[in-house]
Amino acid sequence: MSADMTQLAFEWDCRILSDNGCGFPAPGLHSFLFKPIATVGGFEFNKVMLLALITTLLVVTFFYAAFGKAKVVPGKLQMIGEAGYDFVRRGIVYETLGKKEGEKYVPLAVSLFFFIWIMNIWSVIPLAQFPVSSVIAFPAVLAAIVWIVWVSLTFKRHGFVGFFKNITGYDKSLGAVLPLVMVIEFFSNLLVRPFTHAVRLFANMFAGHLMLVMFTVASWYLLNSYMIPAAGISFIMTMAMIVFELFVQAVQAYVFVLLTCTYIQGALAEHH
Amino acid sequence: MIANLVQLAAEGGHAEEQNPLLPPGPELLVGTIAFAIVFFVFWKKLLPNINKVLDERRKAIEGGIEEADAMKVEAQSVLEQYKAQLAEARHEAARLRQEAQEQGAQLIAEMRAEGQRQREEIVAAGHAQIEADRKAAASSLRQDVGKLATDLAGKLVGESLEDHARQSRVIDRFLDDLEEKAEATR
Repeated sequence: MSADMTQLAFEWDCRILSDNGCGFPAPGLHSFLFKPIATVGGFEFNKVMLLALITTLLVVTFFYAAFGKAKVVPGKLQMIGEAGYDFVRRGIVYETLGKKEGEKYVPLAVSLFFFIWIMNIWSVIPLAQFPVSSVIAFPAVLAAIVWIVWVSLTFKRHGFVGFFKNITGYDKSLGAVLPLVMVIEFFSNLLVRPFTHAVRLFANMFAGHLMLVMFTVASWYLLNSYMIPAAGISFIMTMAMIVFELFVQAVQAYVFVLLTCTYIQGALAEHH
Repeated sequence: MIANLVQLAAEGGHAEEQNPLLPPGPELLVGTIAFAIVFFVFWKKLLPNINKVLDERRKAIEGGIEEADAMKVEAQSVLEQYKAQLAEARHEAARLRQEAQEQGAQLIAEMRAEGQRQREEIVAAGHAQIEADRKAAASSLRQDVGKLATDLAGKLVGESLEDHARQSRVIDRFLDDLEEKAEATR
C-alpha cells in the first residue's frame, strides 16, 4: 500500500525551478483510481475495498471489545463506546424521532454513523490516506439502503394512496399549483433526495482529499531554492487541512445520519 | 513510473472518460457487504447487549435512589419517635418532681401537725398531772393539817372533838384565819 499503488502523480525529482521541465503534478480524478492489489477470478480487489473491509473490522472489533461483555459498572473502553452510542442514540435518533418511535432505528443510525466516520477518517491516517467515502459507490450503497427503508416504511405506514400523498406533499389548499408542486415533490423526494444524500457525503470527502493531496504534493514540489518559504506555507496548509478534515469527517457522518432520521421521520409522520 | 502514470492517465482520464459519480460495481458489492456486517453485528448482538446493561444500570440507580428515600423516611420516623419519647420522659420527670415536691410538702405539714398535736398532748398531760398532783397535795395537806390542827386543838382544849360537823367548822375557820394571816403578811 505504498504511494505507487495510487495514481497519485508523485515524482521525487519533480520540483519547481528544476531543469527536467516537469510541471506541477496536480491531483485530479486519477487520484481516485487504484490498481488492483489482487485479482480473484476476475474480481479486482483494490485498496479502497481493503480499507472498507478494515473499517468493518475496526468498528466491529472496537464495539465488540466495548459491548461484548458489557458490565453495569463500565470499564474505560465500554465508557467510550457508550459515549459514542449515546451520542447517536440521544443526540440524533431521539432528537428527531422521539424515544418511542426512534428505538427501532437506533441500530441503523449507530452502524451508519460509525461506519461512515471511520471510512472518512482514513483520509488522514498515514499509509491509508484515502477516504473510502470519496468513492461514490460507498455513499451510494448507504444512501440506497436508507432510501429502501424510507420507501418501504412510507408504504407500510400510509398504504398505496397514502404513500403517494406523502411523497408528493399532497395538500388541497394549494389549489391550482398543486399539480406542479406534486410533480416537483415527487421527483425531489423520490429521485433527487437519495442522490443528494449520497453525493453530499461523497463530494465533501472527494474535495477534502483533493485539497489534502494538493497541499501535500505542493509542499514537496515547492521545496527548491527561493520557493522554500512557499513550501513551508503549503506544509502549514496541509496541517491545517488535516485538522479541518477531521472536523468535516465527523460532521459529514453526523449529517448523513441526521438526514436518515429526518427522512424516516417524514415517513412516519401523518400526511397533512 | 512516469510511463506508468501516463498509461494510467490515458486509461483513466481519456480512454474511459472516468465519471466520479458513476459507482463501479465491485465497490458497490464490497460496500454493501462491509456495511451489512457492521449493521447485523450491531443489530443482533452488540446493541441488545449494551441496552440490557444500560437498563440494569438505570434500574440499579433508580433502586438506589428509592432505597435512599425509604431510609430517609425511616430515619425521619425514628427521629420523631425518639423526640416524642424524649418529650414524654421530660414530662414524666417533671411530673415526678412535682409529685415529690407535693408529697414532701404534705409530709412536712403532716409531721408538723403531728408534732403540734404531740406537744399539745404532752402539755395537756403535764397540766392534768400537775392539777391532779396539786389536788392530791392539797387534799392530803388539808387532811394532814386538819388532823394536826384537831390533835393540837384536842391537846389544847382537852376534849375530843368527836362531833364531825363541829370539828370541820372549827378547822375551816382555823384555816381561813391562817389564810387571812398569810394574806396579811404577804
